[in-house]
Amino acid sequence: MPNDIGHSASSKRREDVRFLTGVGNYTDDIDLHRQSHVVFLRSQVAHGRLKAVETTAAAAMPGVLRIFTGADFEGVGGIPTGWQITSRDGEVMQEPGHPVLAQGKVRFVGDMIAAVVAETEDQARDAAEAIELDIEELPAVIDMKAALAEGSPKVHDDLTGNLCYDWGFVEDNRDAVDAAIKAADHVTTLELVNNRLVANPMEPRVAIGDFAPGTGDSTLYTTSQNPHLIRLLMGAFVLGIPEHKLRVVAPDVGGGFGTKIFHYAEEAFCTFAAKALKRPVKWTSTRSEAFISDAHGRDHVTKIELALSKEGDFLAVRTDTHANMGAYLSTFAPAVPTWLHGILMAGNYKTPLIYVNVKAVFTNTVPVDAYRGAGRPEATFQLERVIDKAAREMGFDPIELRRRNFIHDFPYATPVAVEYDTGDYDATLDKLLEISDHAGFEARRDASAKKGLLRGLGINCYIEACGIAPSNLVGQLGARAGLYESATVRVNATGGLVVMTGSHSHGQGHETAFPQVIAKMIGIDENMIEIVHGDTANAPMGMGTYGSRSLAVGGSAMVRATEKIIAKAKKIAAHLLEASDADIELKDGQFSIVGTDKSVAWGEVTLAAYVPHNYPLDDIEPGLEETAFYDPTNFTYPAGAYSCEVEVDPDTGRVTIERFAAADDFGNVINPMIVEGQVHGGIGQGIGQALLEGAVYDDNGQLLTGSYMDYAMPRADDLPFFQVDHSCQTPCTHNPLGVKGCGEAGAIGSPPAVVNAVVDALQRAGLDVTHIDMPLSPARVWSAMNS
Amino acid sequence: MTDVTLTVNGTQVTAQVEGRTLLVDLLREDARLTGTHVGCDTSQCGACVVHVNGEAVKSCTMFAVEADGAEVTTIEGMANADGSLSTLQQAFQDHHGLQCGFCTPGMVMSAAALLKENPKPSAQEIRDYLEGNICRCTGYHNIVKSILAASGQDAGAIAAE
Repeated sequence: MPNDIGHSASSKRREDVRFLTGVGNYTDDIDLHRQSHVVFLRSQVAHGRLKAVETTAAAAMPGVLRIFTGADFEGVGGIPTGWQITSRDGEVMQEPGHPVLAQGKVRFVGDMIAAVVAETEDQARDAAEAIELDIEELPAVIDMKAALAEGSPKVHDDLTGNLCYDWGFVEDNRDAVDAAIKAADHVTTLELVNNRLVANPMEPRVAIGDFAPGTGDSTLYTTSQNPHLIRLLMGAFVLGIPEHKLRVVAPDVGGGFGTKIFHYAEEAFCTFAAKALKRPVKWTSTRSEAFISDAHGRDHVTKIELALSKEGDFLAVRTDTHANMGAYLSTFAPAVPTWLHGILMAGNYKTPLIYVNVKAVFTNTVPVDAYRGAGRPEATFQLERVIDKAAREMGFDPIELRRRNFIHDFPYATPVAVEYDTGDYDATLDKLLEISDHAGFEARRDASAKKGLLRGLGINCYIEACGIAPSNLVGQLGARAGLYESATVRVNATGGLVVMTGSHSHGQGHETAFPQVIAKMIGIDENMIEIVHGDTANAPMGMGTYGSRSLAVGGSAMVRATEKIIAKAKKIAAHLLEASDADIELKDGQFSIVGTDKSVAWGEVTLAAYVPHNYPLDDIEPGLEETAFYDPTNFTYPAGAYSCEVEVDPDTGRVTIERFAAADDFGNVINPMIVEGQVHGGIGQGIGQALLEGAVYDDNGQLLTGSYMDYAMPRADDLPFFQVDHSCQTPCTHNPLGVKGCGEAGAIGSPPAVVNAVVDALQRAGLDVTHIDMPLSPARVWSAMNS
Repeated sequence: MTDVTLTVNGTQVTAQVEGRTLLVDLLREDARLTGTHVGCDTSQCGACVVHVNGEAVKSCTMFAVEADGAEVTTIEGMANADGSLSTLQQAFQDHHGLQCGFCTPGMVMSAAALLKENPKPSAQEIRDYLEGNICRCTGYHNIVKSILAASGQDAGAIAAE
């Protein structure tokens, strides 16, 4: 497939019709015959010793089938983590056990103590309230630095302290970076918090376990971004079910944003209990439960130093980050502050020396893992904030300081182990200035001033790494999974195609965009192609959807499988046309002999494959179905530039987003409408992080922001229209589609633009404010202005 | 347990419910109309919005017994009589006003109620009206455009202003 797909048509999404008419099939919409319901009794204390769980009275309540406690899971595996990080001293990270139901101790508010299975959900809930607990409350560890202090209570008694790992990257650069910072003309230092977030896909998690006594097969229906990985992790590590006896189905899933990647204990419980009870067991999370059981995101505390020459050349970057792991290691948690964060610290710039130190810390809080962007927003935020601060300190225009340090020559090997294959950072910055009407800012600022409001402008760049790969490299870095993707393309006798992919769509529109690619390759109508995903009974294997990898990795597997289909179909066509297959070309769904008018249609060839009366049976098998596994040779590197204009009310500290623009380079684009929608959504979440959202614990480990009454989700009236552009395209050089991925860019690129803009507004008003930690609530902004 | 009878999308539904049963549970469990979704437990997200006697209501905030005798319309009752998408639904598809689809039924039901009382709302009026409907996927950009378009306005031009 050549790199010439370029702008394709914005096909309308075929999946929309079922969602708009109320006939989608989300997991909670599934009810199985003789289904029972489980309600989990969760810890209300952040840290405690479980002395007794008295279930006798509860078990006698109406409708209760059985109550499970930790004792029922002795001998059952724990929830595994998928990545092992090695510390600076060569030791592997500390990896605590994570039982399905708490054993001996509870370690965060939300930790599961018991599970009540009953005929109805209300009966289960009533009985759960009747369980009597005797918990000896222990001091909770919430603050990361306090958790590392001598004498701190330990989250896990069997570990050495609360440090998970102490990672240095690139360790060999450490001394050179220290020396460069010491010798530099100027060093800008910034200490900041990357606020803890809750992903909050609108569909709460659901799991239904089912068991067929006749065959011994288990099935799990779950709200997952990667059903195959759940099958592998849960089957192999938790329940000991071989993959051929376990099917995982993730049907329509109502958003994920990372938090539905991971294997959760509730999934293992429902699968286990269904087998024990020989009845389906269903769990539907409430939103309040989601806040204390879905993995949270971000939660880094960072000090970054940027060394510059007096001319403004970046000489070195040194960062020191504490990353919260929560009470247990979620599936990808150890990788997020390391391999998804450290490798991005070069940004768009040719900084020659970089050293990143990350200390991952256990605390008595909900486990923290990947949330849209996962490590890359944290990297981008600190870098783009410290550059802005440096520009102010040294009197440079922040735009020109960035330009001065842009990488121009590709491929470019950064000092943090990755090689950018392609990019054009001046192009996206120029495009940004154009679409944001940068030239008109001063006039708009005057207009704001006339209203008594302070207007500020924030600009930043970003680069990210998508489609994490290749498998042999990530294996060396500690990944316990491969990072390829698979696809099976099944061509039916009458010419229609079923494409089974390990990628999973939960809002990204794969059912529409993927057929566009294949339809173009063959030259047939895209409605002849159906995408099947979300079921381990179909695609051979899958790594699922996260890290903006679906089209770049899953799409590439699909292209490779389709190439095999076309190669075989050409042989069939050559036979039918009595020609050599080297002379056959496929165009617009017709196979023809090059240079002649002799041709045979796609449908005639597919029919011949399944009705092989006139067929080269000595040479090829009947049928037309091919599978491909695609393992990328590198990440992809989307990049771009974002700008935000805010108004700050000096009386209240309230910030409003007046304009927001994004110029992205995603390489080739298949469906511009879907790509723009992805950017809009990412910006919405990024502005949410910057202005509104934050998961807050009190000192006792109680989550103070445990519902939509307290956790400020962005609403329609918090956001403006966004101006987005993706016309700057430097195609990825190493995947067959030339695509880079667009799912996370908005969430990565937007928070620094917002904070840069607010700081700019205050500085222009003569206030000496150099940083405010997110979320920039009116109280925080007002306090910064008045301190 | 109490018997309640109501009309849902023109069809009579009778169910035995507990006093604590919510309207949304009756719709999803008894009427098996699963298009109406539950996204929170504090009446904030709006995924469960339906029309009760013509008014937009969060069906997680109303007991099933309160709907006895009511006329209820859910997302399943919003398409044209021939099954094709209504103007509003079609606008959501045309302008990519949905991604994961989970908040969509509530968005459509709220938008329909808005357009009934204000046939040509401004973008700001739309944003204000949707304050009780949370979407995590779209940043609301294309939802507002969809509703502008459904009301016959030039959504592209307004969004570019």
